[in-house]
Amino acid sequence: MTAVLKTPEPAVDRRLDASPRAGRVTVVFVALAVAVAVATVLSVTLGSVTVPLAETVRVLSGGSATDTRWDMVIRDLRLPRTVTALAVGAALGIAGLQMQTLFRNALADPFILGASSGASLGVAVVVVAGGGGAGGFTAGLAGLGRAGVVIAAALGAAAVLLLIVVLARWVKSAVTLLLIGVMLGSATTAVVSVLLVYADPQRSQQFLVWGLGSFTATTWSDLRLLVPVVLGGIAVALLTVRALNALLLGEGYARSMGIDIRIVRLTTVISAALLAGATTAFCGPIGFLGLIVPHLARMAFGTSDHRVLLPGVALLGGALALICGIVSQMPGTDTVFPLNAVTAIVGAPVVIAVLIRSRRGALGAAL
Amino acid sequence: MTPAGVELRDLTIGYTRRRAFRANTVTKIAANLTAVARRGELTALVGPNGAGKSTLLRTLCGLQPPLGGQVFVDGEDLATVRPADLATRISVVLTDRIDPGLLTVRELVALGRTPHLPASARVSPEDRAAVDWALDAVGATPLASRQFGELSDGQRQRTLAARALAQDPSLLVLDEPTSFLDVPSRVELVDVLGRLAREQNLAVVMSTHELELAFRVSDRMWLLDADRTLTCDTPAALAESGRIGAAFDRGRMRFDPRRMVFDLEAENNRV
Repeated sequence: MTAVLKTPEPAVDRRLDASPRAGRVTVVFVALAVAVAVATVLSVTLGSVTVPLAETVRVLSGGSATDTRWDMVIRDLRLPRTVTALAVGAALGIAGLQMQTLFRNALADPFILGASSGASLGVAVVVVAGGGGAGGFTAGLAGLGRAGVVIAAALGAAAVLLLIVVLARWVKSAVTLLLIGVMLGSATTAVVSVLLVYADPQRSQQFLVWGLGSFTATTWSDLRLLVPVVLGGIAVALLTVRALNALLLGEGYARSMGIDIRIVRLTTVISAALLAGATTAFCGPIGFLGLIVPHLARMAFGTSDHRVLLPGVALLGGALALICGIVSQMPGTDTVFPLNAVTAIVGAPVVIAVLIRSRRGALGAAL
Repeated sequence: MTPAGVELRDLTIGYTRRRAFRANTVTKIAANLTAVARRGELTALVGPNGAGKSTLLRTLCGLQPPLGGQVFVDGEDLATVRPADLATRISVVLTDRIDPGLLTVRELVALGRTPHLPASARVSPEDRAAVDWALDAVGATPLASRQFGELSDGQRQRTLAARALAQDPSLLVLDEPTSFLDVPSRVELVDVLGRLAREQNLAVVMSTHELELAFRVSDRMWLLDADRTLTCDTPAALAESGRIGAAFDRGRMRFDPRRMVFDLEAENNRV
């Protein structure tokens, strides 16, 4: 009876057997590393004034520019902006990947699920409290300065994500859960606008500008907070790689392989809240990056394996964020586009392409 | 002394439904189920639709807690085993439609090693060998580099069986692995399962609607009736008992216990 099983398979299968996977992954990683390096140099060079490439390379390789003005432009403006973009791109890419796997939905990302709105709420509370000089606790929070804003943003993001996770106990449909996330996001945004009514007009103006998204508002002292928080979020994310891979088969299989779903959800939410919260606190709620970077990474690497995707989305997210940042600066002009306008213009076609590509028309199919 | 394999002792199955803003509801599906499935044997769980086969299998592999009674695997009460340890003893093929995205067959089968991996998911040579062996055991080695999403239903089931094998269990549970398969694929898959049970000394429990196939290939059968009683016996004894006919005969269809097949009575025999 076993003879049936020994039927020779078609030759096509044998040819495919020599898997190009390992080679492809290496090539894509090298290409991404080069892209990040090139985008970094461009990001430092290009802006309202163009720094000569030779000067950029000289400063980046640890030397000093021939003119102290270039030195100042690069060290105090361009480099913080560049490091911010790299950190934010990596953070949002990873948070997006986590959300898409956890919610089994190709359209999930921290922005859509309301994490960014939650972070905005946290920031708005601090802004309003700081402006109005309200009661002890919130004033104390505002008194913490940037750190306070980061903590408030991360708490806001975590609150929204935890609420979604709690609701997920009753809601089995991933699409319904996503819609609930969208509704929570809208409601949170509404609360933010109500809060702003009570804010001092100048502060609410600042808040609105912050809401457009930007990589340029961060200083080196901000980065001393942003970078460690992002690295911490990534470290937590690395702990969940095995579980996220198991979750590709759905919760039933993941549980049958000994994965504790509640712990994975909690760990992932903490990680995503740190990543999305910190980036939102410094750069405003940035759309699309978290959504498209995981898709582009899957297409580039040709796999859904998180061991490859996690470092992959970090690099790709960094490169893409740098490019968006460069475009928003409109090199050679004094015009600055809102960052979110640029990410949306880049991102919307990608999302549409992803939706069309998923052959079965199912939302999860593109995962 | 409990024998090697699975033993259900006075098991009550059902589920607790969590409802928002209301008290949880408990639905009892079947009670007082007692049966065994030994290692080295293929056990087929049969029964009409809605009798609770899936619930029984999910309880058997620890995906949902029993409402009462116990499940023993190799003499150990499942309720006392940590979920992470459970995963190294029991593996499953579920009816869930899965869409893992871009994974090759080998990568998907390798996911079966999850309970044996550290948190970093670093794969050891031993894991790789287990994956190779599992692919070979179900005859899926030529499929190894194919994308899972591009496979036919039969190839998918074989891949999922390989994933379950790579988990290196002592009990393999399959929920209707033969549905959606054409006849040759069905026979082939069930044949593989029987062979694995014997050669690897596994307890294999599968639910199926393929009664005649089950009678031919299984070593033991569990019949879960519409009246929610579980009968555990050899195929021959079960056929003799007349319980199969009682559970499945409908209209002109009659079970012939001697030949273990269903016959269609001639039209004029009807009263």
